[in-house]
Amino acid sequence: MEEVKLMKGNEAIAHAAIRYGVDGYFGYPITPQSEVLETLEELMPWETTGMVVLQAESELAAINMVYGGAASGKAVMTSSSSPGVSLKQEGISYIAASELPALIVNVMRGGPGLGTIQPSQADYFQACKGGGHGDYHLIVLAPATVQEMADFVGLGFDLAFKYRNPAMILADGIVGQMMEKVVLPPFRPRRTAEEIAKQCPWAVTGKGGRGHRNIVTSLEMESPAMEQNNLRFQRTYAEIEANEVRYQEYYTEDAEYLIVAFGSVARICLKAIEDARAVGMKVGLLRPITLWPFPSKALDELSKRIKGALVVELNAGQMIEDVKLSVNCRVPVYHFGRMGGMIPNPTEVLDALRADFNI
Amino acid sequence: MKPEEIIKPENKIYSRPRLLDDRNTHYCPGCSHGVVHRIIAELIDEMGLEDKAIGVAPVGCAVFAYNYIDVDWVEAAHGRAPAVATALSRLNPGHLVFSYQGDGDLSAIGTAETIHAANRGENIAIIFINNGIYGMTGGQMAPTTLLGMKTATTPYGRRADLNGYPLRISELLERLDGTCYITRQAVHTAAAVRKTKAAIRKAFENSVAGRGTSVVEIVSTCNSGWKMTPAQSNEWMAEHMFERYPLGDLKNI
Amino acid sequence: MKQEIIIAGFGGQGVLSMGKILAYAGLMNNLEVTWMPAYGPEQRGGTANVTVILSDSAISSPVLDSYDTAVVLNQQSLDKFESKVKPGGVLMYDPSGIHHLPTRTDITVVPVDALTASIELKNSKTYNMVLLGALLELRPVVDTEAVVKALRKTLPERHHHLIPVNEQAIEKGRSLVK
Repeated sequence: MEEVKLMKGNEAIAHAAIRYGVDGYFGYPITPQSEVLETLEELMPWETTGMVVLQAESELAAINMVYGGAASGKAVMTSSSSPGVSLKQEGISYIAASELPALIVNVMRGGPGLGTIQPSQADYFQACKGGGHGDYHLIVLAPATVQEMADFVGLGFDLAFKYRNPAMILADGIVGQMMEKVVLPPFRPRRTAEEIAKQCPWAVTGKGGRGHRNIVTSLEMESPAMEQNNLRFQRTYAEIEANEVRYQEYYTEDAEYLIVAFGSVARICLKAIEDARAVGMKVGLLRPITLWPFPSKALDELSKRIKGALVVELNAGQMIEDVKLSVNCRVPVYHFGRMGGMIPNPTEVLDALRADFNI
Repeated sequence: MKPEEIIKPENKIYSRPRLLDDRNTHYCPGCSHGVVHRIIAELIDEMGLEDKAIGVAPVGCAVFAYNYIDVDWVEAAHGRAPAVATALSRLNPGHLVFSYQGDGDLSAIGTAETIHAANRGENIAIIFINNGIYGMTGGQMAPTTLLGMKTATTPYGRRADLNGYPLRISELLERLDGTCYITRQAVHTAAAVRKTKAAIRKAFENSVAGRGTSVVEIVSTCNSGWKMTPAQSNEWMAEHMFERYPLGDLKNI
Repeated sequence: MKQEIIIAGFGGQGVLSMGKILAYAGLMNNLEVTWMPAYGPEQRGGTANVTVILSDSAISSPVLDSYDTAVVLNQQSLDKFESKVKPGGVLMYDPSGIHHLPTRTDITVVPVDALTASIELKNSKTYNMVLLGALLELRPVVDTEAVVKALRKTLPERHHHLIPVNEQAIEKGRSLVK
């Protein structure tokens, strides 16, 4: 029988990483995600699975350790919170440009600057629109439950290795810090050197009888060749957009109004919708699970049946840009956001919906 | 005597090392990098480490080191080579993991990564080329630039009151418990080349055996950046650089 | 069944751990649970609160603006949460930290002198278990057996000898509101 456990989202990520067979975790403490590193250090996976866990001297060092580990075909990850993830952006760009699989977790807190340690979703742009320099995309997963925090570790790595592209779990302080029931994924062994060599023929592990050298680099001084690299990246992104869009719809069959929200905010909105439905308002919810690739087609379709949409986020209006692009001016799209670590409650969401649409 | 009577295997006294690629490098004529590359290629072959060697290339003149030495390589972001090497070493135990870094990469932008990798005693060999200048970007001041030395960003000479002092990072690293071997060498004479080769051999042995962090600093020339001929550069280096950066072992345990 | 509870007071009063034990007990009784702390650098003396939801069906929002039950342990928390108890709900408070008493008449207001009770038990750390006992008497969302199992699960092995005194505290809490 599956064992149901009660734990924080951050702890679930640590447990899931060990069970997935992750080879290395490199991190640096920052609230509200420090439990990931703390839990790993407490569980001592190097004694059981052989997983390397290292507290780096900085987020900068941590992401470059991830780059080095990923270059050798290993399943490696890091986690941080907003200011720390800003520090990692150079390394993330290198990882994307070197076409390496890796998992980066951002448990977002309020910014800009040192900001606050309370929950936020203000790093949507950073995660989905680049963050670091150059044209690249991360596969961005937005968990809403502790269960998804655990599940998206495996999903993130699977997608990262499938497309040789870094993936990010873009969580917020709520889902990082709250405790819920979770069924942890089963243990699977770490890949052997032979399995890695087969899965990742590009990996830098020493020539080891391969006969030729492998080089992991993002440098290409010849512009025509660098353009070809970029075109290859874009083909990968097109493939990811075609295959990997994930979202969830709630009460959309008869919905006249649509709320679009991600992460734990989607759950606050779901409660607002339950309250709305109780008084006869036909409101539905679309929760993007992948923020990139974004569920544009689903929103395009829904926009043909609704009177308008409200985007609710813990920021000043970021995902709303993608929602607007998706619905292509077909219906009005409004925004309700709280910032600086403030969390809207279900009543506020419902009030915003009523005010925007005069209902 | 005809040439074919001379060109015989038994008369061969030098050849290109097997692992040094037969191609032109982008280094300036007279640059120390070529000599150090050759030493590394020779040693990896001699030590039988071809299949276990992983190099980490820097940002700087040696950014393309991976095009010249025929082993696996990762090209790191500026200054981050010791962090990259840390993960490679931890995740591939028993391998030879070495970084190849210049003075800007190692002792300016990458100081934190260098000190902390060394303090953790990562089982890596750091080959540190110190020529007191930023070569690739066009001859700007490095942390190791000597006082009074003219560079593109110290056109009137480096001043302590404006730019601080020439950084002796090997002396800093020597104090850390994680380092097992810190040495400063040069490659300006045949004797110096032999000493440097012995030093790098020891550093490589330490990496594979898991003895901790080794650093081989090689005081080098940058004749283009210094605006001298290669021969003048060697003389100038011996006269001025060695005073601030004396050669020899700082630590060997 | 769905019970939405807020527990609020000072850091160091055991607010978060009381919530945690309640959540674990819910887990033992196969309920859906969420435990959402207003997290922060709260240490002894700062404010702390935690929202615990226990339900026999899936829980949507872990963040609420009204509660079936509020347990408030200082004046600030009473001022903040009294108005947020649903009509017909329960407001439990420890009078030792309260200067201005609750005024609402559409809810059940219950003072529980847990401080005195924990002093009588000669263990100040049983404070939150007295409150939990009182809470469970008023809101029987989980059984005492589940709470004891939860204690066993959450307390480190070296503190398991304290489980009997915690059980006494729960019983004491129950008796205070019977």
